[in-house]
Amino acid sequence: MAYFRSHVLVSIDPVCVQKGAYDLIHVLQDELVKQGLIDEVEVLETSRIGNPDKEGPDLMVYPEGVHYTNLTVKDIPFLVEEQFLKGRVAEAFVHEAEENLDEEFSAPRSKEVRVVLKNIGVIDPLNIEDYIALDGYMALGKVLTEMTPEETIQVVLDSGLRGRGGAGFPTGLKWRFIRAAEGEPKYMICNADEGDPGAFANRRVLEGDPHSVIEGMIIGAYAAGSSQGYIYCRAEYPIAVQTLKIAIDQSRNLGLLGENILGTDFSFDLEVRMGAGAFVCGEETALMASIEGKRGEPRPRPPFPAQKGLWQKPSNINNVETYSNIPKIILNGAEWFASMGYEKSKGTKTFSMAGDVKNTGLIEVPFGITLREIIYDVGGGIKNDKAFKAVQTGGPMGGCLPVKYLDLPMDYESLGKAGSILGSGGLVVMDEDTCMVDIARFFMEFTQDESCGKCTPCRVGTRRILEILTRICEGKGRPDDIDTLRYLCEEINENSLCGLGKGAPNPVKSTLEHFLDEYEAHIYEKRCPAKVCKSLIRFEIIDGTCTGCTLCARNCPANAISGERRQTHVIDPDACIKCGICEQLCPYDAIEII
Amino acid sequence: MPVEVKGGQDVRSFVRTLVEEQGSEKAELIPILHEINHELGYISDEAIQELSDRMHIPTSHIFSVATFYRMLSTEPRGRHVIQFCESAPCHVAGGRQVWQSLQKELGLEKGETSADEKWTLITTSCLGVCGIGPVIIIDHDIYGNVTPEQVPNLLKNYD
Repeated sequence: MAYFRSHVLVSIDPVCVQKGAYDLIHVLQDELVKQGLIDEVEVLETSRIGNPDKEGPDLMVYPEGVHYTNLTVKDIPFLVEEQFLKGRVAEAFVHEAEENLDEEFSAPRSKEVRVVLKNIGVIDPLNIEDYIALDGYMALGKVLTEMTPEETIQVVLDSGLRGRGGAGFPTGLKWRFIRAAEGEPKYMICNADEGDPGAFANRRVLEGDPHSVIEGMIIGAYAAGSSQGYIYCRAEYPIAVQTLKIAIDQSRNLGLLGENILGTDFSFDLEVRMGAGAFVCGEETALMASIEGKRGEPRPRPPFPAQKGLWQKPSNINNVETYSNIPKIILNGAEWFASMGYEKSKGTKTFSMAGDVKNTGLIEVPFGITLREIIYDVGGGIKNDKAFKAVQTGGPMGGCLPVKYLDLPMDYESLGKAGSILGSGGLVVMDEDTCMVDIARFFMEFTQDESCGKCTPCRVGTRRILEILTRICEGKGRPDDIDTLRYLCEEINENSLCGLGKGAPNPVKSTLEHFLDEYEAHIYEKRCPAKVCKSLIRFEIIDGTCTGCTLCARNCPANAISGERRQTHVIDPDACIKCGICEQLCPYDAIEII
Repeated sequence: MPVEVKGGQDVRSFVRTLVEEQGSEKAELIPILHEINHELGYISDEAIQELSDRMHIPTSHIFSVATFYRMLSTEPRGRHVIQFCESAPCHVAGGRQVWQSLQKELGLEKGETSADEKWTLITTSCLGVCGIGPVIIIDHDIYGNVTPEQVPNLLKNYD
């Protein structure tokens, strides 16, 4: 094995790639060659290190653990000279520890606890030895040599681990069902297709620490008596698919996958299957249909996958985060895991924060933390110091929760009671400028688009809801619309075949419950309180504030603004297309939305 | 004009090679369709016919699978495919204005290809880069924090 005195991890998170991470890697390698250091310093690619949304591209130098950010290719020669030739830290590019905006690197922010994200940005995901060096595959060794499958299941049960895909079914119990089921072979499946908008934790784990998922699956296979596994991964995550394939080959080469794993008589092999862009494939029965080479349409349950799953054989499906927790539970014990969390929700959960919050990105916190702590302490509060209006949890099937739920502890039960779901951990934060009717309409557009069309309540019902919401946003709402919406929500929820349809009305139901006044303003007063719905707003120029600079008139695409130089201008409401360009351009804030 | 693929092969022999390499089990259908879509830019009638012959699957089944998934297309696409993320985080960050600007600039509706076969405009589900929304992808280049005003300049980079 080659020995390097220094390792540089460069983040190839899609955000960093957009900011030129690959150019950086090439220049870095060229420069190292030029300085004769290429045999001493190794350049590696990794998942996200810091918060490239704000800075980036990021790189990390080990063994010192120096985090550099904000780099451009022209900074590289200086950096190489300082850091690797002279052995000094190049202060100018060091990531400021004070403004610790990075989410999964360095010291976790105050309220964070890292279990699943522990290795990310610390190890080279493309090198199995890095994972092994941090006790990787030790849990597998322990299970295969010291524990029976039943004991393994018992530890997972005692830990209290529940499915991280959102439904929250106890993982150990699921494993016990498939173990007891009749039929061979049994399949172990990893659902890496959870494409909830705003929930990118799975991508990060697959790209940054793929072996933790693979190890968790092998342990699960041993417990369940399975000999073949599949990881069904979203095609929207090409780097994750690639990383997984490489990781699986490495495990196979070391005898951790395949025949007689670690010299025992247990055999198990694993394959990656790529999705093809269908949101409904996150649904377990649809996912299995897709692996079989069919349209990814769900089917009714029962029979549950544990009895009749993939190719009618007993199958077990868990998601990425669930599997990734397994090796840690085996190594540290059930009590350790059960000591974290809240009531019936044990351990930690990753949340992906997006929307109008200062620090977007991925966090991992123990269950039981409140929304307020997540949004204000970890997320840094609302962008541009606006007021908080709502947070949507759990992706497009989740509900929008208003201010009064800020102190709600995050766990499966509390969120369910509040009319939302945990889902796969997406959090979309919305500020005061958000129109909740428009948001409900937006989510309905999404589910309507993603409905596979197999069952009528979901296919037709969501379309009816969308039509009504569109009408309301256009100022053509009718007084009976609210009752019709409530009725449709109930029917779709009760009669749909799968989780997509059952959850589809949640955004509408929750906004009707918490933001009814906004619906009423749209319907009765033909007014959009957040000034978002175009048909209900108009632009006006404030007399006295306008200096007559003509900037707006010159840039209006509809020629709707007229006026003499140095005189107050006027917008013709009939010609105005409400594009908002005038308001954005006006240097005197003289344009008002009414 | 017959569509040519890698190494001057015709579509049928390309499909035949794929089936020989990956096997004719039904479970291989979606991976093979991915490959065809990647190589030809879409899944042609000819490819479906050949697949059906080689894998012993009815063309109707292949067509129903190929049209179900968003990333597969049975219609020819333009030289450059623009994917716009239509998910909530991008929407909250001002995605709608970017979408309108794209539509206006290209004169295309969702799913359409321009008459000169230069552009295809499609929407995509979440790409997992929500921190820099609104996000669009042109071919394989990802652009984040896009504003409506930037759109014309972005498009200029592509011939």
